Amino acid sequence: MAGNTVTVTDSSFAEDVLNSDKPVLVDFWATWCGPCRMVAPVLEEIAGEHADKITIAKLDVDANPTIARDYQVLSIPTLILFKGGEPVKQIVGAKPKAALLADLSDYLG
Amino acid sequence: MSTENTAPAVRNVIVVGSGPAGYTAAVYAARAQLEPLVFEGTQFGGALMTTTDVENYPGFRDGIMGPDLMEQMRAQAERFGAELRAEDVEEIELKGSVKYVTANGVRYGAKAIILAMGAAARYLHVPGEQELLGHGVSACATCDGFFFRDQDIAVVGGGDSAMEEATFLTRFARSVTIIHRRQEFRASKIMLERAKANEKIRWQLDSEVLEVLGDGSVTGAKLRNTVTGEESVLDVTGVFMAIGHDPRSDLVRDQLGVDEDGYVLTKPHTTYTDVDGVFASGDLVDRTYRQAITAAGSGCSAAIDAERWLADNEESEQAQQAAELVGGGYAPTQN
Repeated sequence: MAGNTVTVTDSSFAEDVLNSDKPVLVDFWATWCGPCRMVAPVLEEIAGEHADKITIAKLDVDANPTIARDYQVLSIPTLILFKGGEPVKQIVGAKPKAALLADLSDYLG
Repeated sequence: MSTENTAPAVRNVIVVGSGPAGYTAAVYAARAQLEPLVFEGTQFGGALMTTTDVENYPGFRDGIMGPDLMEQMRAQAERFGAELRAEDVEEIELKGSVKYVTANGVRYGAKAIILAMGAAARYLHVPGEQELLGHGVSACATCDGFFFRDQDIAVVGGGDSAMEEATFLTRFARSVTIIHRRQEFRASKIMLERAKANEKIRWQLDSEVLEVLGDGSVTGAKLRNTVTGEESVLDVTGVFMAIGHDPRSDLVRDQLGVDEDGYVLTKPHTTYTDVDGVFASGDLVDRTYRQAITAAGSGCSAAIDAERWLADNEESEQAQQAAELVGGGYAPTQN
């Protein structure tokens, strides 16, 4: 199931996220975060189903603390949607697929 | 719901929940060829998904990470053919001989239901708490402790989970203040001693939180002394809630017997509820032990109770059909 999302790092963030033509939903996560594991397969599904509209990127906060700090992420999982280089939507905590799709509906339509 | 459909086949059993109770019920029901359908919900894995080392689950001599343990249980249920659905249940209907569970607008029927929804972390419901959730207010120390390196933070609560979280958070924080309403603790002796021995942990007893302060992110907690009534502000950048759990019985509370706190009532030494064909297990029923192993044990009991109940039910159904064929007077009441 994996393979629909891309991995970003502190150093690739500007190019892969901020300069992306498509909106990018960044999943701030870490290996030791249980709820992050819950939401991961859901994000893979959404990424596969809406690849034309949105990119879903995963950022491991453990290995990449700078970006997490820049965007004041204090809880994971946090999902931040970037459009045209700006954060336009923030979702904190694991949610079911239907709720995530509803939150993102403005950008998937 | 306007999009509501009913799935055609009536199942033997539906399991609602995916903690140790739900997955264990699923393993047993699947091995008994009952082809269980399991609704895992958002919180797949249950409460153990937000813990670190589980040191007291038998069979893991050196401990196991909570999420790892749950992934193992999940894979085990799947291996025996349990159908797992990561959907939140919207409605449960327990009346009648077929029970219904609605998720994502689809209604699924089953002869028996095993309830294992567990318990949800409790919040204080004070100003600032929900507004700052994810911005310094947290109910998951293992998820969020990392972000509070060298900062002063607080844990609210006086039970085992408060002690465990405070101790865990000292790995990151400069100081952790435990805020507790009384002088006495519900925490077990070993957990309390461990916390007391930790020099990074401070104690703010006889204190309750009136408000979480901060604009955009947490800057402090407004406290009131429960004895003197005196108010003060504790300067912290993180507030972790560990004030206990409430049973997640909202969807069934009006349909079966629950106690005054919402725990589902079961007949002594069984998982039978007061509704025929409905079984309950795990933290949803347990106000006493609330351990991974006791939840798993009661999930096992629920699957076995459901299996036997289904077998008995089938026998009486067959007897009824046979009686009808010969025009006999066999008419058991079924509810």
